[in-house]
Amino acid sequence: MLTYTIRRLLTAIPTLIFISLIIFLLLDMAPGDPTAQLPLTIPPEVREQIRQSLGLGEPVHIRYLLWLKQMMWSEPMFYLSQATGWFDPPETARLISWQTRAPVMDTIFERLPQTIMVVGLSYVVGVLIALPIGIISAYKQYSVFDQTGTFVSMIGFSIPPFFSGVLMIIIFSVSMDRDSFWWFPSIYDTTLVVDSWETFKTQVRQMVLPVMVLALQTTAQISRFMRASMLDNLNQDYVRTARAKGMTESVVVLKHVLRNSMIPVVTVIALGIPAIFGGAIITEQIFKVNGIGQFLIVSIQASDVPSVQTLTFIFAVLIVFFNLIADILYGILDPRIRYD
Amino acid sequence: MTDPVEPAAAGAANPAPPALSEDTRADAPARNQWWDVWDQFKTHKGAVMGASFFIFVVAAVYIGPYIWTIDPTYIDIRARNQGPTWAHPFGTDQLGRDMLARMMAGGQTSISVGLTAMALALFLGTLVGVLAGYFKRIDGLLMRLTDLFLALPLLPLLLVMVMLFRQPLSASFGPETGIFILIVVAIGITSWMPTARIVRGDVLALKEREFVLAARSIGTRPGRMILRHVLPNVMSPIMVSATLGIATAIITESALSFLGLGFPPDFPTWGRLLFDATDFMQQHPERVMWPGLAISLTVLSVNYMGDGLRDALDPRIRGL
Repeated sequence: MLTYTIRRLLTAIPTLIFISLIIFLLLDMAPGDPTAQLPLTIPPEVREQIRQSLGLGEPVHIRYLLWLKQMMWSEPMFYLSQATGWFDPPETARLISWQTRAPVMDTIFERLPQTIMVVGLSYVVGVLIALPIGIISAYKQYSVFDQTGTFVSMIGFSIPPFFSGVLMIIIFSVSMDRDSFWWFPSIYDTTLVVDSWETFKTQVRQMVLPVMVLALQTTAQISRFMRASMLDNLNQDYVRTARAKGMTESVVVLKHVLRNSMIPVVTVIALGIPAIFGGAIITEQIFKVNGIGQFLIVSIQASDVPSVQTLTFIFAVLIVFFNLIADILYGILDPRIRYD
Repeated sequence: MTDPVEPAAAGAANPAPPALSEDTRADAPARNQWWDVWDQFKTHKGAVMGASFFIFVVAAVYIGPYIWTIDPTYIDIRARNQGPTWAHPFGTDQLGRDMLARMMAGGQTSISVGLTAMALALFLGTLVGVLAGYFKRIDGLLMRLTDLFLALPLLPLLLVMVMLFRQPLSASFGPETGIFILIVVAIGITSWMPTARIVRGDVLALKEREFVLAARSIGTRPGRMILRHVLPNVMSPIMVSATLGIATAIITESALSFLGLGFPPDFPTWGRLLFDATDFMQQHPERVMWPGLAISLTVLSVNYMGDGLRDALDPRIRGL
């Protein structure tokens, strides 16, 4: 198992380097000019110097290696030294956003809590709803519950977040009475400080709509997987054996079948975590949550190349990392598929 | 649904010469494999409803403009912001343009983007899958490539690609065609990977079958082998991927339009109409509903179609 893990870790490194190269080269072709926003009175030679100071004069491969060093070494070292104080921060300049003139990573860390709160919570909620639905649907296959569950998850698959989100706003923010219990705010207020019961309630209320929209999608996918996986296992011989031994139905289903069915589902759950960050771009945009997804959109619209590069790379790292986790989890949970 | 399945069927099912399969179809229409598939497909109510609805939507957006002849770009500022009336069944927008006409024009774009992008993704996916499955030498390389593409953050990259190539392509092909090409290519090259994986798996299994061995023993060359023997037998996963691919492509295009990075503002697509309508959500919520419902119902019908097709093509289920 250990060699398998190490081998998977080692193959992740070239993948990440290749992805970073693609991202860097794609964005390097960006038509945006960081000096375009500066006043026109700046003489061209000064403008050229500003471009040089932003590191644009070097050839492509040098810039790529410098960027890679900054992403992989300088920025992590900076935060490590800040957090521990064991050594001085590295001498190199930080990765600066062209749009805000602030270090990109600082902006990302400012926005990360909102994203994790909304997106993370919605994922947890979605999974918690999906698992029982999948189990019951499979156990009572073709029952009314199963048909309804199938239909609802089909709808969850088919309604894109930019429509379900807008629909939620129309139902719960526009058409509801302002004083009624069912009224929910459509705009996520990040400046809210939770320090009392009242503000906590406001916080919960403003999270309801985005969490609902994201959880609907998660539930649709995971409950389908859970159902299919349960169905695969319910017809196996070991289930008949367990029943023949006289075990109660709950033990058969919840101990024998469920544990075996969870193996692929757990990996699917792990694989879905980075995807939810991608899907959250739209949801964050609709509910005006200023998380990383919204930061990406703003940066793309302002052709802020360093921010877009960093964010895309972070998304890629998340995907590779959770792929790794899923593979290792599968190996741990199901000894049959280990490669060594 | 009969039409697309049948003709593809006769040619695809038997690896025999085309003349013979034409004959079998004419003389004995009975027990072709694809008739079984069609019979099974018919029993899946959701799939039949989905297929009929999808055909209805396609007909409505492509034939509808010949019946409902109002120009979608005609501005009638006196009739702006109207609710549904007989003159404008879907109402009018903030510039007095007829929403029904705009919905049909938008549907044409959305559906043709969906179909073209799906075709491109399918072509790439099948190509990579068949090559990787058939030629052992390039298998590792192609599958690593597929893994790499799967590890890319797709939505951010799509957004970046649209931002980067919008200007040059608009300049060389005109704003509408340029963006159409851009979006189709962008969606196509970011969604071929699942097809490639499924096709490769099937090709690997097929290669072990006797008829492939027989074909090889009479000296069939690889190119002919792939076209005549391998490809017809991997049609079923490809067809299922095709239906699901349409759904993904329509959603992706609408998402791009919704984020303001799709087609130009005066060129309606369903996503763009939805995006424009959100500004007037409080005053005219119905204007959000039309494009939203159109996207969701089209995708829902395509998904049901894919579901039924998968059941129909799975011999384990078909036997029951």
